[in-house]
Amino acid sequence: MTATGPRIKLPDTIKTGDVIEVKTLIRHEMETGNRHDKNGNPIPRDIINSFIAKFDGNEVFRAEFGPGISANPYLAFEMRVPGPGVIEVTWTDDHGVSVVATAPLNVA
Amino acid sequence: MIGFAPFLARADGVAPAAEFVPSQDFKDDFAKVVGGATPVRGRITVDLPETADNGNFVPITIAVDSPMSDADHVTAIHLLSTANPHAHVATFHLSPINAIARVQSRMRLAKTQDVVVLAALSGGDMLISTTRVKVTIGGCGI
Repeated sequence: MTATGPRIKLPDTIKTGDVIEVKTLIRHEMETGNRHDKNGNPIPRDIINSFIAKFDGNEVFRAEFGPGISANPYLAFEMRVPGPGVIEVTWTDDHGVSVVATAPLNVA
Repeated sequence: MIGFAPFLARADGVAPAAEFVPSQDFKDDFAKVVGGATPVRGRITVDLPETADNGNFVPITIAVDSPMSDADHVTAIHLLSTANPHAHVATFHLSPINAIARVQSRMRLAKTQDVVVLAALSGGDMLISTTRVKVTIGGCGI
């Protein structure tokens, strides 16, 4: 299945130098590959296996997921704000399909 | 290279109960992650429920006490399950820009087990934490 509904949540007010929590969420089954359908046929693995967050094009956080991450993967991480810019998050699934979301860092 | 045995939640020399014997997949992943390092306990805080009612959806927060400076920071946090069919749950890569070494996610737990977190530091050292979680209803089809 294709991932849908990517979300990035940032604090409402941000100042340069603040350490903020970046919360992310995307809708995806995270099918483990260990389940069977009602006819007993194995359901193939299909998960989001890679997560990359960039700030103005530079990587600030990266993760690899296995099937032990819950459906609709939620991930939050911290970062120090270098200044105004754009956060870009990319989720990539087992088929190599990526979903990208962006959010501006509105620095006061 | 040392094995995982010294880091079992019950490290008093008594063999662990059958349900806490780590899987072969875990042992393989543990060896791969640890490499030549000798992990030491401490500086990792793992927030997991003592009892997870729903193994499909277990919130986890991992924090490592680190200055996150250029000279001394966490480079990676590895999250491993000792009893899921697939031991490697996630790896998180960090750098000084993160400023605070803390991540939050949600994980699956197939059954009662020890959850293992390893943190790799920029100087080459490695930290370890083990957390026992009782699972009431296992993650279905994990």
